[in-house]
Amino acid sequence: MAPPVSAPKSASPSQPSGKSEVTDLKLQLRQLAGSRAPGADDAKRDLFKRVISCMTVGIDVSPAFSEMVMCSATSDVVLKKMCYLYVGNYARCNPDLALLTINFLQKDCHDQDPTIRGLALRSLCSLRVQNLVEYLVAPLAAGLKDHSSYVRTVAAIGVLKLYHISATMCHDSDFPAALKALMLSDPDAQVVANCLYSLLEIWTQEVANSEEAAREIETLYGKSIIYYLLNRIKDFSEWAQCLVLDLVSKYIPADNNEIFDIMNLLEDRLQHANGAVVLATINVFLHLTMSMTDVHQQVYERIKAPLLTLVGAGSPEQSYAVLCHLHLLVMRAPMLFSSDYKHFYCQFSDPSYVKKLKLEMLTAIANESNTYEIVTELCEYAGNVDVPIARESIRAVGKIALQQYDVNAIVDRLLQFLEMEKDYVTAETLVLVKDLLRKYPQWSHDCIAVVGNISSKSIQEPKAKAALIWMLGEYSQDMMDAPYVLESLVENWEEEHSPEVRLHLLTAVMKCFFKRAPETQKALGAALAAGLADNHQDVHDRALFYYRLLQYDVTVAERVVNPPKQAVSVFADTQSSEIKDRIFDEFNSLSVVYQKPSYLFTDKEHRGPFEFSEDLSNLAIGGDSGDDVIHSAQRYEENDKDLLLSTSDKEENGGPTHNGSSTYSAPSDVNSSLTGLVASSTSQPATFAIDDLLGLGVPDAPALPPPPALSLNAKPVLDPGTFQKKWGQLTVSSSQESTLSIQGVASLTAPQSLIKHMQNNSIQCIASGGQPPNYKFFFFAQKEGSSSFFLVECIVNTASAKAQIKIKADDVSASDAFASLFQSALSNFGSS
Amino acid sequence: MIAQFFVLSQRGDNIVFRDYRGEVAKGSAEIFFRKVKFWKEDEAEEAPPVFNVDGVNYIHVKVAGLFFVATSRVNVSPSLVLELLQRIARVTKDYLGVLNEDSIRKNFVLVYELLDEVIDFGYPQTTSTEVLKSYVFNEPIVVDAGRLPPLGPAAMFMQGTKRMPGTAVTKSVVATEPGGKKREEIFVDIIEKISVTFSSSGYILTSEIDGTIQMKSYLTGNPEIRLALNEDLSIGRNGSSLYDYRSSSGSGTVILDDCNFHESVHLESFDVDRTLSLIPPDGEFAVMNYRMTQEFKPPFRVTALIEEAGSSRAEVILKIRADFSPNVTANTITVQMPVPSYTMRASFELEAGATGQTTDFKEGSRRLEWNLKKIVGGAEHTLRAKLTFSQEIHGNIAKEAGPVNMNFTIPMYNASKLQVRYLQIAKKSKTYNPYRWVRYVTQANSYVARL
Repeated sequence: MAPPVSAPKSASPSQPSGKSEVTDLKLQLRQLAGSRAPGADDAKRDLFKRVISCMTVGIDVSPAFSEMVMCSATSDVVLKKMCYLYVGNYARCNPDLALLTINFLQKDCHDQDPTIRGLALRSLCSLRVQNLVEYLVAPLAAGLKDHSSYVRTVAAIGVLKLYHISATMCHDSDFPAALKALMLSDPDAQVVANCLYSLLEIWTQEVANSEEAAREIETLYGKSIIYYLLNRIKDFSEWAQCLVLDLVSKYIPADNNEIFDIMNLLEDRLQHANGAVVLATINVFLHLTMSMTDVHQQVYERIKAPLLTLVGAGSPEQSYAVLCHLHLLVMRAPMLFSSDYKHFYCQFSDPSYVKKLKLEMLTAIANESNTYEIVTELCEYAGNVDVPIARESIRAVGKIALQQYDVNAIVDRLLQFLEMEKDYVTAETLVLVKDLLRKYPQWSHDCIAVVGNISSKSIQEPKAKAALIWMLGEYSQDMMDAPYVLESLVENWEEEHSPEVRLHLLTAVMKCFFKRAPETQKALGAALAAGLADNHQDVHDRALFYYRLLQYDVTVAERVVNPPKQAVSVFADTQSSEIKDRIFDEFNSLSVVYQKPSYLFTDKEHRGPFEFSEDLSNLAIGGDSGDDVIHSAQRYEENDKDLLLSTSDKEENGGPTHNGSSTYSAPSDVNSSLTGLVASSTSQPATFAIDDLLGLGVPDAPALPPPPALSLNAKPVLDPGTFQKKWGQLTVSSSQESTLSIQGVASLTAPQSLIKHMQNNSIQCIASGGQPPNYKFFFFAQKEGSSSFFLVECIVNTASAKAQIKIKADDVSASDAFASLFQSALSNFGSS
Repeated sequence: MIAQFFVLSQRGDNIVFRDYRGEVAKGSAEIFFRKVKFWKEDEAEEAPPVFNVDGVNYIHVKVAGLFFVATSRVNVSPSLVLELLQRIARVTKDYLGVLNEDSIRKNFVLVYELLDEVIDFGYPQTTSTEVLKSYVFNEPIVVDAGRLPPLGPAAMFMQGTKRMPGTAVTKSVVATEPGGKKREEIFVDIIEKISVTFSSSGYILTSEIDGTIQMKSYLTGNPEIRLALNEDLSIGRNGSSLYDYRSSSGSGTVILDDCNFHESVHLESFDVDRTLSLIPPDGEFAVMNYRMTQEFKPPFRVTALIEEAGSSRAEVILKIRADFSPNVTANTITVQMPVPSYTMRASFELEAGATGQTTDFKEGSRRLEWNLKKIVGGAEHTLRAKLTFSQEIHGNIAKEAGPVNMNFTIPMYNASKLQVRYLQIAKKSKTYNPYRWVRYVTQANSYVARL
């Protein structure tokens, strides 16, 4: 082929000179349209190139549509392809003109050359014009039967394209069935893969409203198809292998032998140079072994080396994606990685988003054996030129200290940070020292000695200043000049821009007053006056509250402001374990990178078939509450905030008046949401926690339950809002797996049947959802003659006839009795 | 599934834009570029490769100064998309010979041809350079590689090794050379990125080698190839601690922690005699990636010293010693050292008779920079610098400076001692004797000495 003649008007074809270009192009195209002169194709090529380059940079070249079509009668493949690209791009906005292209596309679909046939068919299906669909059916049907595998691959995806233009046309032509047949018989692996892509997408779209779709999906995830695909996995391209592996990860094997067979078959995929294949394989391994604690742990050991190799190989972007997954695994089972800590040291060339992940991992895996080395390394980063990372490193040191390892030495190091006299280092350290004191009040003497030397004037950052002021208030009896420092701060009230600092100042002056009244009286008066005049609502309100409290009764005021405090045992985790589990379920997806479950960042219509939403807001409300939508996503966002820091605003309200989000009292006092979070983050061995939380710890079939000693209120009342709140507050008291009878599975064609059945057993449904084979229910019941509720989350998989049950109870002692009652009700389902 | 794919220049211009599914609005390229350019989230100044704006996921890799971007509305596997983007870049390079803004602009129609076949309706189809040949009809317009700044690992062979024809690695897999006949040749590159951290007292805190055996084949008819590695090569360590320096050192065997292989590699004889056999596909690909934490001799010893010299002055001494054979020469060496933030001026003193060395004080980032064109094995170089501060020194200034970081490339040197013993090509005829190039190179990934 001759090289294209360079255009006289523009030196580079991809740098169009302007919008007048379009008119010019139209004109030139028209001149060339009928020309059969030698060299006409070359001239056309050049013009077409200019058109496409305009299109690329976003200039609208659709006015030249008819001219382009006129020029398209050619045998030159390069020209054809450019024309197809153009037509595909603009057909949607020019449906009438698009009709002009049908003719030559249809003709090309019968070309001798399979490449031309394939290209034409692909372009034809890409037109995305509603009124042209009738022209697609015949070429598609022929394409699926074409003897060239290339044309068949194009046709298999073409069916999906047709489906998106007109679903009815696609079904009327019986294409899904044709795809399925092709998938099971075609010798070409890419054809099989494309059929699978199309079928999955089509049925997933319909699964909510069609039983047929649900059945089809179930078949795709069924044993025969999974085995069919697994047996020829090496025929597939690496990308299609990922698809197959993804499918396998959702398959539920019948027994352990099957699990081991699949894992042995896929073992060598862990050595693949393509990270996507390796991660997809790991996903299969992790999900298959969920119920086998020992093997699950072995899987962690096995996948460590390949993951670390992938982190080192490839581009920084690729290693980031792998590192995110490694991060997730480290966070779930830190002790399994405790000897690998050196791999997570930051490297000079690491971008900051990588360093951040590594710091978090180092924090998580610190234990008795490696804390000294990890902290030494982290201290090196504290003087780093990259200030955000330096800050992050200091925070990491603090977090390790809060994990209780080798606190002694760490406190010393933190205090050394204060001597570095770098603003941001001091600021970060102050915040940490404050948190440390809240947990280890016994260190107050050492800390106070150093902190006392810091001039409040040199601290600018609000968080740090607030921390310093808090310490001044809390330890005013030990810090000689506390009242005077506070007094000078009050004098500069006007210059203090952060309301957070002013709030802390008010409280600190109050605390100081109760300890050293004569010295503080003046400052307190000034502070209250300034607070009352403050134009920030919270500051004003707090000042007024203190003022009235003091007026009412000074001793009561002291009890409110300065109650005896217990040390914080565990700081709340920033993410609930439920969220973490959900992210783990979505292993090998963007959820892991964002550290958020997918429903927080994907639209509903773009979720996969099994990512059925767990938040109540997306489930059908079982009661009659109608539009009562619960914003649980919001709840998660609240949880996501760093409680460690955000609560510092409120902590002074300790004692009886404190609200639910305070961390400042003994766990028994905490009346609400934190209990769940705290309990889940305690130092239980992670693997056990994982399994228990997922309810997979008890694989045995349920024994016949003893006669229930518990009677339930037949008509309990609980509104969804309260349910949601309770669910968030309570911890899981019982988590088990149960088996459904065959009759039960058969009757469970829709959630309603089970809801009705459970109602007869005095167990009410508050919300339900999901698609076959996975259903999800939230039930509740109430103990007869009592106000204590039982809340149940029940996930039923009809394919495996298994149900996973999580019970939360107001009265934990009755939880077991209720659990057996629930189980017996469930196992009776379908038999009546 | 991928909704769109586009390539943006450094300035944010669309060079190639392909919409596969019509799910994401047209302005996505601008949204992406603005977000990356002005990234300010989580205190970080660099956008991560994956982020979400208004329900659209933007996934990108940076290759040769260009952004290769995919958008998606679905919760896709990030690894899959990133691998795919990287592969698209590589396939494009296979076809164009050189990958840069100019070559893509000149060949954008060819790139569209590739994109049409690589992805259909958002689903990856084939990324095999070979398979794609039958669907690509445009001839690549070759860009003169000579006047372009060198990019990528291929570029480092341009300097130093005279045996290598400079254009060889930058030719297209489809272009025919002047004279009509294709030159039969195959390149095998052993590329190692090394990371070493020295403590202030000079001993090695951590060290790691990430290596890859890269192949680029221009052989017609895809003959089978056998690649033999060190016979005593062993893989995987038994103990739980991968950082046990006492064991295995000195015995001379190469112990890899782990490795992975390209699809085409057959490992039947690997366990017996450490031979990889494969039928290399066209174009460039990694035959094997490996990782090693076994102790190795670092190519450079770096010592750095900062000392007070008066109340607002200090002296810095940087010393590097090349611990390798005099037959080997390292090139493009850069040594950087952050200095206290209150440093005002720096004056440098190079050793007598130094050539090819430059020094600089980067005021914005408060860094000393020392560039050396080349260092011959066994040589030692020293730099002295006097710093003037804007304030009096308090505390330990060593804590305010450093760590020293070094960048370099050493052709024909590999730190791991992994060797290609031989490269055997199945003969098609007696006269068939293609060129084979086996090249080694070591690069610094993170080479840090603490103060």
